[in-house]
Amino acid sequence: MGLTGLQIFKLLPKTNCGECGPPTCLAFAMELAQQKTSLDKCPYVSEEAKAELGEASAPPIRLITVGKGEKEFQVGDETELFRHDKTFFNETAIGFELEDNLEEKAIRDKAKTIDGLSFERIGLELSVNLVAVCNTSQDAETFAKAVSLVMEETDLPLMLVTEDPTCAAAALEKCASSRPLLYAANNENYEEMTKIADENSCPLVVRGENLEQTAEITDKIAKLGYRELMIDPGSGGAGEYLEDLTQIRRLALRKKFRPLGYPTVVFTGSEDTYQEVIEAAVYTCKYGNVVIMKEPDDWKTFPLLILRQNIYTDPQKPIQVEAGVYEIGEVDENSPVYVTTNFSLTYFSVMGEIEASRVPGYLLIVDTEGTSVLTAWAAGKFDGDKVAEELVQSGLEDRVNHKKVIIPGQVAVLRAKIEDNCDWEVLIGPGEATGIPSFIRKNWQA
Amino acid sequence: MAIPVMKESWQSKVLEVVLGATPEKGGTRGKTITIGGESTLPYLLSEGDIPNRPQVAMEVWDIAPDNWEEQLMEPFADVIEDPAAWAQKCVEEFGADLVQLKLMSGDPEGEDAGPEDVEETVKKVLKAVDVPIIITGPGNEEKDNLLLPAAAEASRGENCLLGLAIEENYRTLAAACMANGHNIIATSPIDINLCKQVNILLSEMDVPKNRIVIDPTTGALGYGIEYTYSIMERIRLGALQADKMIAMPFLNFVGEEAWRTKEARESAQEGGDIRLGISWEILTAVNFIHAGSDLLVLRHPDSVKQIKEHIDVLMGS
Repeated sequence: MGLTGLQIFKLLPKTNCGECGPPTCLAFAMELAQQKTSLDKCPYVSEEAKAELGEASAPPIRLITVGKGEKEFQVGDETELFRHDKTFFNETAIGFELEDNLEEKAIRDKAKTIDGLSFERIGLELSVNLVAVCNTSQDAETFAKAVSLVMEETDLPLMLVTEDPTCAAAALEKCASSRPLLYAANNENYEEMTKIADENSCPLVVRGENLEQTAEITDKIAKLGYRELMIDPGSGGAGEYLEDLTQIRRLALRKKFRPLGYPTVVFTGSEDTYQEVIEAAVYTCKYGNVVIMKEPDDWKTFPLLILRQNIYTDPQKPIQVEAGVYEIGEVDENSPVYVTTNFSLTYFSVMGEIEASRVPGYLLIVDTEGTSVLTAWAAGKFDGDKVAEELVQSGLEDRVNHKKVIIPGQVAVLRAKIEDNCDWEVLIGPGEATGIPSFIRKNWQA
Repeated sequence: MAIPVMKESWQSKVLEVVLGATPEKGGTRGKTITIGGESTLPYLLSEGDIPNRPQVAMEVWDIAPDNWEEQLMEPFADVIEDPAAWAQKCVEEFGADLVQLKLMSGDPEGEDAGPEDVEETVKKVLKAVDVPIIITGPGNEEKDNLLLPAAAEASRGENCLLGLAIEENYRTLAAACMANGHNIIATSPIDINLCKQVNILLSEMDVPKNRIVIDPTTGALGYGIEYTYSIMERIRLGALQADKMIAMPFLNFVGEEAWRTKEARESAQEGGDIRLGISWEILTAVNFIHAGSDLLVLRHPDSVKQIKEHIDVLMGS
């Protein structure tokens, strides 16, 4: 919902000085409307015009950075309600609560556990993003001490959970330079909290009692001149959060409703460890930008991080698997050799079926720029020459005592070309990956 | 602050499909189950109705599975050889709303059981439980076409849900379902147009639209779940925008896909932490529930419990 050229023109100084590039203010306004130039090219524009125009050209959901350094993360700047319309951009940040009234050892241990929630899968590292230190003690000194302890154990960004400005200030003395996320400003404390956040340049979460009050508070804070905000609509339970987060996303995107145009923060409510990861999964799919759970169990965090990765994958750019030779199971020199493309779904299907067949095998993945077998073949990215070349270069002939390669049944036509170009014998595999277990039982004697 | 309201109101809703038949309707089920009927996106209850809660089914095999990991087998260890007892345990002990009887004995590479064996199993399971049942074949086209008609006849009048009908193989099954009063699972490979195509083909054979359940093909967490999720969202938006040919409720075979993954399998091996596998199954299911799933087939009893609890939360019950 940008302004038109004429609306912009009204806000310009109308000097027609030409210093911005275009000869007249009107021409400059037209270029601004098409986002071909930027307002700072005009040396004479008034502060009010800057504020108004800056506001109009800002993204509908503000982008907020939390933390500093290697583990800082950004959330917000989303443009879609459904990932299939384009993509979701900045992954939901996942964190865990840590109460400040625990014993020192318990604080250190839990911080270490959260810090250790990092997993590797197909060459990608998946990690949690933040530790939410909670001012359960309601004591400033205890809070500050806990923050110091946590910082000794992890360099993950912090969230400071307190509604007491004195406690917030005490904790910020320890960690302001690492840009923690301050939680939360409410209807009573927002002036003081805003002042503290502003002085320490850290983002601030606004938590109202409901959607309306949350919008009211962010609006008041924006009028104080501070916009590094996130919002927790204070909904009652998972169902209500789902509705409120949906409203927030819709209002921000479709109405460009500024008071709710901020990333969202949600704490899971359930005491049950499975239920809390279920809630976190819902918010990951549906418009939660920062999600905080209680129990840092690795067995539930790993699948949650994978869900996040899956949902935030750009549908236009399918995940590619690195080309090369993969060993599926306990392979030996008698194991069969399969070849397929590097589209992640193709790889996973074939790999899964090789595993299910219970006959360990080598899987040679050819780089087809993330396309599936038939698409790659049609585009000339998976032809006989290429497969033969990859086979020869793979070094597989030194790892197995046969020279037989199984190719996808849908590209049976490649056989002649492959056999012409190298001394491997081609076996035509099944048309679908699901046929692999029965194919291998019938056609392979180790 | 007064904030603008952005409520969607849709022109149409998802079709309702009734599963099972009570004695008044010529069956022997204790109750029927209705799925579908949504007039809103998942759980946006202030914008429309979700008249029927998603239902949770459990798998029952007619032979002991040879590829389930040790810890996954444990809850079923005492019933694994007896599909009737297995079904009973799922319903009575684990709280399954219905069961999916998988005729795996028919696998031509396994026991290669014939139609007579299958008929007997179907009758036994129907007798053992009074919930509606789903029946699927071994997944081999020829054997499916031999066994499913037999199963359809053995369960005549019970208003079961039979599958899978695919674009290349649907006629035999569709005919058997219509002749014996059953519903049909229309399976398509994660593609909205192919989904519609199968539904059209079935409609051309005069299968009523409220007798079709969509299986969009399930990708597990970490193994293509995002494709299924987005296709389901697109199909559901189409249904709410009055595209009748894709307005059927969804079925997701969550358990078999989730427990095929490397991660879930390893977690269920001896010494593994099966809670990882259970989380894998649960999160796969949750993802589909929020894309509009109406019927989920799960494997582990703990997953059933957790998912039913989540559905309670969503439905406000």
